[in-house]
Amino acid sequence: MPYCSFVAGVICLRGMKPEASVVELTLDSKLKNVEVAEEAARRVSAKAGFDEETEFHVEMAVHEAVINAIYHGNKEDPRKKVYIKFLVTEEVIEIHVRDEGKGFDPSALPDPLAKENLLNISGRGIFLVRKFMDEFRVASFPGGGTEVIMIKHLTSRIPSKQGGTGREHEGDSTSG
Amino acid sequence: MSMKATVRQVDSVTVVDVSGRITLGEACKQLRDVIRGELAKGHKNLLLNLADVTYIDSSGIGELVSAYTAVSNQGGQLKLLNLTKKVHDLLQITKLYTVFDVHNDEAGAIGSFKTA
Repeated sequence: MPYCSFVAGVICLRGMKPEASVVELTLDSKLKNVEVAEEAARRVSAKAGFDEETEFHVEMAVHEAVINAIYHGNKEDPRKKVYIKFLVTEEVIEIHVRDEGKGFDPSALPDPLAKENLLNISGRGIFLVRKFMDEFRVASFPGGGTEVIMIKHLTSRIPSKQGGTGREHEGDSTSG
Repeated sequence: MSMKATVRQVDSVTVVDVSGRITLGEACKQLRDVIRGELAKGHKNLLLNLADVTYIDSSGIGELVSAYTAVSNQGGQLKLLNLTKKVHDLLQITKLYTVFDVHNDEAGAIGSFKTA
């Protein structure tokens, strides 16, 4: 039985302009599958034209969100899946990571930078997601399941990879 | 690439050369076992060489903190050597860079245990 399904395509979503490239993954709740999600994040980020450092930040945010979904959300239950969706437009890369767990309240998470928490062993995953992405929110579903939505604006793209998006004048060139 | 940890003794310092990915699961457990094993042998001066660590996640960072605390609680010292830029940046972001004693050359790191 495959542990991962993969769908890719280009669609035009209502409210999203212009058309968005979409990559979707469905993963079994196994920790080893995190690397599948990372690889997808790396490829999507590279195709979007991010610089190397931003690529790493997106990859790490996906890693932490998927770990959270598999380990804390689905509790590695083999009957539960993790659904990942990458949406790429000319303005943003938007990533959805949905699990089938009970959910969590991000505002209730302790601040890992607080002096009393600095030497805590855990509690840095969502902090890193927030740090590395421009926008972050969590949605819960009535029938169970939680979706983490992360957005990175495409302001860190390498000019030569922008493909004539009209942004060439905005960023600092890395070629010189 | 999974994590690998090899241990060598330099003077009174136990150097643990770590390579690969330190992430949630087997890698974190493996690192924990190595540190606890050295402490059980009475080796309390530990230097973690992270030069070949290609990836570390929040759980891996937590494992470094756990190791630091375990060694400190035994009256020992745990120091870090040769951080990659990614690991360095993560320790900065999490404010742990000031917690750990970080070195860039092995001889200096070994010497710092003697004078500590």
